[in-house]
Amino acid sequence: MNSPMLLSITTFVYAFASVLYIGSWTFKKKFLSTLGIGVLITGFLGNTAGILLRWIESYQMGYGHAPFSNMYESLVFFSWTVAALYIFVEFKYRERIIGVFATPLIFLAIAYASLSPNIADKITPLIPALKSNWLIAHVITCFLGYAGFAVAFGFSIMYLVKPENTQEGAFLSKLPALAVIDELTYQMVMFGFLFLTIGIITGAVWANSAWGTYWSWDPKETWSLITWLIYAVMLHLRMMRGWNGKQIAWVSILGFMAVLFTYFGVNLLPGLHSYA
Amino acid sequence: MKKKALKQDPAGPVWTFFCSVRLTVVVLLALAFTSIIGTLIPQNGGDVFYLQKYGQGWSKVFMALDIDDMYHSWWFLTLLAMLAVNIVVCSIQRLRVTWKIIFPKKIVFRPDRFRRLKDRETFAASVDNGEIVDRFQGFLKRRVGKVTRQTLEGSTVLFAEKGRWTRIGVYVVHSSILLLLVGSVIGGVWGFKGRVSIPEGDTTDVIELRQGVHEHLTLDFAIRCNTFDVSFYDTGAPNEFKSNVTLIENGVEVLTTDIVVNHPLRYKGISFYQSNYGIAAAKSISLTMTSKESGLAFQQDIEFNKAITLPENQGSFVMEHFVKGYNFQGHNLGESFVGKVTAPDGTESEIVIPVKFPTFDKMRRGTFAFAVDHFEKLYYTGLQVNRDPGVWFVYSGFILMIIGCWITFFMSHQSYCVEIKDLGKNKVMVDVSATSNRNPQSLKLKTAKLALAMKELKS
Repeated sequence: MNSPMLLSITTFVYAFASVLYIGSWTFKKKFLSTLGIGVLITGFLGNTAGILLRWIESYQMGYGHAPFSNMYESLVFFSWTVAALYIFVEFKYRERIIGVFATPLIFLAIAYASLSPNIADKITPLIPALKSNWLIAHVITCFLGYAGFAVAFGFSIMYLVKPENTQEGAFLSKLPALAVIDELTYQMVMFGFLFLTIGIITGAVWANSAWGTYWSWDPKETWSLITWLIYAVMLHLRMMRGWNGKQIAWVSILGFMAVLFTYFGVNLLPGLHSYA
Repeated sequence: MKKKALKQDPAGPVWTFFCSVRLTVVVLLALAFTSIIGTLIPQNGGDVFYLQKYGQGWSKVFMALDIDDMYHSWWFLTLLAMLAVNIVVCSIQRLRVTWKIIFPKKIVFRPDRFRRLKDRETFAASVDNGEIVDRFQGFLKRRVGKVTRQTLEGSTVLFAEKGRWTRIGVYVVHSSILLLLVGSVIGGVWGFKGRVSIPEGDTTDVIELRQGVHEHLTLDFAIRCNTFDVSFYDTGAPNEFKSNVTLIENGVEVLTTDIVVNHPLRYKGISFYQSNYGIAAAKSISLTMTSKESGLAFQQDIEFNKAITLPENQGSFVMEHFVKGYNFQGHNLGESFVGKVTAPDGTESEIVIPVKFPTFDKMRRGTFAFAVDHFEKLYYTGLQVNRDPGVWFVYSGFILMIIGCWITFFMSHQSYCVEIKDLGKNKVMVDVSATSNRNPQSLKLKTAKLALAMKELKS
């Protein structure tokens, strides 16, 4: 058993978990979502084991580095952070069904890593610039930030999908109250914002120790700042101008588009961060 | 009434303009959307680059608006300055009000405010065993903080609060942004960014500054590159770039150390970073000359600028220099040697010997085809040389921003109210409610937990 194989299996476990959540919602069967969280946790454990195994494998190959260095590894870790955050939220807020829009994101990220022919799962040595302990701090915090925004995105979609007045027993009535979804979105954005902030800061400190500039307007740096600014605007609109509900849901979706561009789109632009 | 208040503001319309959140939103969005331009249009490309890539019309527009260096353009800096003024004015304006909430002279509780709350936990209890109000008061004090007790008609009310100071968090975040801006201005005005290339064995005290074209700066000390090493993994990817350097001050060697990527050398506020490397020269060159006529190959070790006589009485050859990249009809041939052949009749012709393409010179159809077998490389190390006195302001800003965000997002000012209504016959009704300046969902769960604990405390 090697790490790509274990992570491929994890992909299918995550797929099963999202099917259960969606099934629970469409067929209004609570036990399906209860089963869903169990399967999701199983997938999460597989994901964790896959990352650790990969870490060990890289040492066995003599390269010895944390598995955060290329697109494959980052997508696997992205799934892991979204899953971790989502499981935490479900236990904290005791709402079973809210995974219906979040779990597919976990599955999609790892499926993209495992199944796309463009993404190699080979372990490669680190280039000199990446050999730093800041790599771990920078990647973990950035991805926790991304995870917060991803879960917020899932909740925003849920908010927009759910009609304002639902009858008891109607198709969409199983979803939690709008006010709860709205509050959860906001909580997730705050979580994401804090970690994106720390991610940008650790990146800046690292850049200063590697290249002597904490900020060089590299496209990925600039796009992370753009993302940060959009969410900063969202927080001001919410806290100072009382925006909520649909308005906030749309801004959160816009913010997540910026996250996606920061993550994937920037690779099309030249810069220090491109995952070649 | 609001309008009147604004008119009376002594600072006038300018103040009013800068203290609006609407302006904050507009400026932040403007910064976000203009920043995109710089990621789509390459920066600092030089006039010719823009003319070739975008044509005359667009390149003129770019030059007029400083799009080629937009993050330092007057309009982008104006946006940043507006943000700074906006933050200062907004913060002062709001702090005037919040200060009284954060540090009140006397804390006043209004039970009515809590009675109007929608989310409340209610349970019945009996007062059999001892003074129930005292027990709740002790519990609340342990869980939340100092308790104020009021006796109303038919009921007793307990108040407790915590986290009043957390309302300051947002001002911590705002001041951190100001520190970042101040730090970057200090770095821009009193710092410099430069670079230097030093061949192995050479010493220099002059660096080339990045701002402006070919500006130079002489340091107070000199730096010598003793050796440069590059190591590779078995995959061919670079593993490590390492320069061994010595700093020389007033003729005295003060420090010898290695500079590796991610491990810069810092000396007297100036930092040296390993940024690139290259081949400065070549030595011990082994040359192969293949005769067109006889097909014989001759091998000889040569040195730069020392002419050799060609075999078969075909004249002489001298190796003149080494180039990192030779441009041949628009193609980069990579590392190449350039030499000169002098035929017996005295005609001279320049020839190019690319290291990567040993058969390249055959195409020339000369009397001899030249190729370089092997040679020893003499590297130069490329160091980035920076001084940034603003970096500590920026780092302080970073720390404050993390602390401020943490306080603002995850801590809150929470007030709890417990009302104990006497129903007679040793029965009471207990009402637990709470308010907070943020995160109502989490507060609701907390209140429920608190009420449950109190209910169990009783029995």
